[in-house]
Amino acid sequence: MADRLDNEQDRVWQTMGLTDEEYERIRELLGRDPNYVELGMFSVMWSEHCSYKNTRAVLRDLPTSGPQVLQGPGENAGIVDVGDGLAVVFKIESHNHPSAVEPYQGAATGVGGIIRDIFTMGARPIASLDSLWLGDLSSARARTLFSGIVAGISGYGNAVGIPTVGGQTVFHPSYESNPLVNAMCVGVMRHDDIKRGAATGVGNSVMVIGSTTGRDGIHGATFASADLTDEAVERKSAVQVGDPFREKLLLEACLELVARGCVLGIQDMGAAGLTCSSCEMASRAGTGMVVDLDRVPRRETGMTPYEVMLSESQERMLLVPTPGKEREVREVLVKWGLEAVVVGEVTADGMVTITEGGRVAAQVPAKALADEAPLYHRESAKPEYVDRLAAFDTDDVPACEDLSGALLRLIGSPSIASKRWVWEQYDHQVGAGTVIGPGSDAAVIRLPGSKRGIALSTDCNSRYCYLNPRLGAAHAVAEAARNVACTGARPLAATNCQNFGNPYKPEVFWQFREAISGMSEACRALGTPVTGGNVSLYNEDGETAIRPTPVIGMVGVINDVERRVPMGFQADGDTVVLLGATRDEIGASEYLAVVQGVEAGQVPTLDLQAEARLCKLLWTAASRGLLSSAHDASEGGLAVALAECVIAGSRGASLWVDGAGADPGLTTDRFLFSESGARAVVSASPSTLDAFLALAAELDVPLAVVGRVGGDRLCVRFGPAPDGTARDGSTLGEADAARCIDVGIEALLSAYEEAIPCAMQG
Amino acid sequence: MKFGVVVFPGSNCDRDVQTAARAAGYEADFIWHAATAVDGFDCLVLPGGFSYGDYLRTAAIARFSPVMAAVAEFAASGRPVIGICNGFQVLLEAGMLPGAMLKNTSCRFLCKAQRIRVESARTPFTLKLRPGQVITLPIAHGEGNYYADSETLAQIERHGQVVFRYCNESGGATPESNPNGSLGNIAGVCNEAGNVLGMMPHPERAGEQILGGADGRLILDSVAQWVQGGGRIG
Repeated sequence: MADRLDNEQDRVWQTMGLTDEEYERIRELLGRDPNYVELGMFSVMWSEHCSYKNTRAVLRDLPTSGPQVLQGPGENAGIVDVGDGLAVVFKIESHNHPSAVEPYQGAATGVGGIIRDIFTMGARPIASLDSLWLGDLSSARARTLFSGIVAGISGYGNAVGIPTVGGQTVFHPSYESNPLVNAMCVGVMRHDDIKRGAATGVGNSVMVIGSTTGRDGIHGATFASADLTDEAVERKSAVQVGDPFREKLLLEACLELVARGCVLGIQDMGAAGLTCSSCEMASRAGTGMVVDLDRVPRRETGMTPYEVMLSESQERMLLVPTPGKEREVREVLVKWGLEAVVVGEVTADGMVTITEGGRVAAQVPAKALADEAPLYHRESAKPEYVDRLAAFDTDDVPACEDLSGALLRLIGSPSIASKRWVWEQYDHQVGAGTVIGPGSDAAVIRLPGSKRGIALSTDCNSRYCYLNPRLGAAHAVAEAARNVACTGARPLAATNCQNFGNPYKPEVFWQFREAISGMSEACRALGTPVTGGNVSLYNEDGETAIRPTPVIGMVGVINDVERRVPMGFQADGDTVVLLGATRDEIGASEYLAVVQGVEAGQVPTLDLQAEARLCKLLWTAASRGLLSSAHDASEGGLAVALAECVIAGSRGASLWVDGAGADPGLTTDRFLFSESGARAVVSASPSTLDAFLALAAELDVPLAVVGRVGGDRLCVRFGPAPDGTARDGSTLGEADAARCIDVGIEALLSAYEEAIPCAMQG
Repeated sequence: MKFGVVVFPGSNCDRDVQTAARAAGYEADFIWHAATAVDGFDCLVLPGGFSYGDYLRTAAIARFSPVMAAVAEFAASGRPVIGICNGFQVLLEAGMLPGAMLKNTSCRFLCKAQRIRVESARTPFTLKLRPGQVITLPIAHGEGNYYADSETLAQIERHGQVVFRYCNESGGATPESNPNGSLGNIAGVCNEAGNVLGMMPHPERAGEQILGGADGRLILDSVAQWVQGGGRIG
């Protein structure tokens, strides 16, 4: 056979990213040599991106079930029950490599892909979030990527009309060559409308709907499964081109199909295009599928079967319609100006059979492609740096001489500073559902036709994950839950995007394994199972890997959205309460990095039971209307949390802290900048304070009442308040700089708001 | 009171207009862009979004939608038509309002709460407001930089066709309070008769306090009052 000779001579599988062993395995599965098209199909389906061949074994650790979970991992997106017959569909996914070589289209199609994953399940997307990780803004490349990525998200998301309501933006040199773009989308639907990606019913039609197929994005999944070397960067054709207008039409058309009862099974054509959707849909249903490529609508002429099968042209779906509804499907799609063509049918033989010009171009068992990718147990080794950096003694850190100055530096550092420059470019209001928008702990979206709302957050501290991946990933879960709880929501479930370097490096694999076990432990303890997500490996330029970055996307529910809690101080005279215990934990902190220039030390300990109690206190208090404001204390410690409460509420606060609830002997600077977990800053009105304090005692959350909201400055003084209550308005002299914070709102605002716009002008 | 919300392919604030109208106690139904009749509605709304992807030029294709002839007829009969954001751009492209839109001077999309000064209460959309009143409405656009040649500009100012201007807290239409570079800080204009309004800010996103403000409700209520009063101002 000619095919075999060509394959053998050129070892063509290697150029497609398959190893010699994998090629042999394919021959075994088929009982013959694969032809070129089949080899292409295996290579994309067995890429890390599609098969998780290096990570599946580890991922089995994650908790994925719970009474609230309607759909766990394995579908296009996870689904949780939020009550009132409503279900929330959500998932986060990376689009890192495309964004590194073509930031606008890379980020735009990342958003497009995750949106399709949501409406494929039958849900209307109601919110997006984006977790962005870039190099330091002093680098021109980082600034270019940053502008391009934000513009791409804005250009796509705004046009489709899904509000981008949150996320995070973090800057660190480790993301210089390989930025991270993790896009999360969330949708809502009735339980009855849930659709799955299964090709059921032998003899049923298979339709391609949406856009036409072109040569863009061929081998995108393979591109995502190798290091981002210079050579890889040349493969720009692996980046897809997005068309948000068509996506919007496809979204409306699909939801109309669902409403009309036309959909039996449906799947997005994302990574690995027609190959992935056909074999996964058949495999899930235990069926086969025959697809006639001659009938697939094209946008280019002369495309080979290989190109059609591997194209990642965007805005397409593979649909198995309700029998007899083919014509209605076509009418709906034509109304929306889109294609809908019957390209084949469901078969009983378990094979994906691809025909062209009347002859078979490829024939592969669906299960072999979708589910029988090799499973590797990679070698893992603790990197040398871990113990060395953990041994850093924070006692050697000099005392802070100027607390106000340190606070201003922290809130003016790009990773903490206001991301207004980013989210003002996103339409965060379209949909008329955003009741807490970007810039808060979590966004809150009201659900149509219900009093309920959902709270959404993405979180990760990659410095923690670098220094201690297990603890760092657990912190990411805890922080995400805390953020959601601060708005008054009960955390329900998580999605995750695991961003790491090359898994063939034992040190990288160790980071990954550790992170997953930390995440598992935290998700179990907090009752937030993982319903899906993705793993993005090979995030490195061939030499240095990014910091391990397991991003957690958390969804929570508020039973009455009127009871949501804002982050900023709300009313003069409200009492400020610090929740949780503060320990001597400035290791790995933002303060140490920004003010002292050290990224080392022990990651703060994590008491998951204390986190769970704090979350319960926050959402219970909110549901009883006891809180005026709540804000999580994390990066930058209490000092930054307090400053953010002041900035967000445009109200000052006068506080006396005497070390209550803190480790004995904790120095002032450590008290303010320690990043101990399970803490939050809340405020309560005089009429609700007592009930709140009683509830906190009942739920066993330690606290300290520290002062009052009011005035136009943030004043934090040490020692007992003169008369047990805080006075407003007075200021302190410079001599006390090491013993107090005293900064006006204007100074806080300008440090916080101007940092990123200024850096972008540089 | 029944609003008819025109849905172009790519409109994405259509549902929000319906939500806001219903929250205010009015009816609102959709009109598909291929429709040729717009019977049974008291006010037509051309909503925001990206009609036809805003490809070629913002709103340039939507003006050719079949429904636009019926919209023009509806307007010619003196009944109220409001274009919001992309809908405003459609009205400009269709020649139903004077002027044109350029990209924001920042060249970036901008979504934020914006103060607006009411210039004229003599339209069906503003009769519950008073001249000089400062309201807050969200803006969300990449091309809201209103432009008209100096003659047209002088004319619309003279005829009181400028309905809204971007302003600061105290109502000053200053350069600092201009979010996109619009000439004269213009945020909304009407036709000479006053029954066709185009505005970049989104009243439908400010129809309920829970969304951060309810000033937009005043615009819906104005139209309703105008319709219920038999089409008279004041």
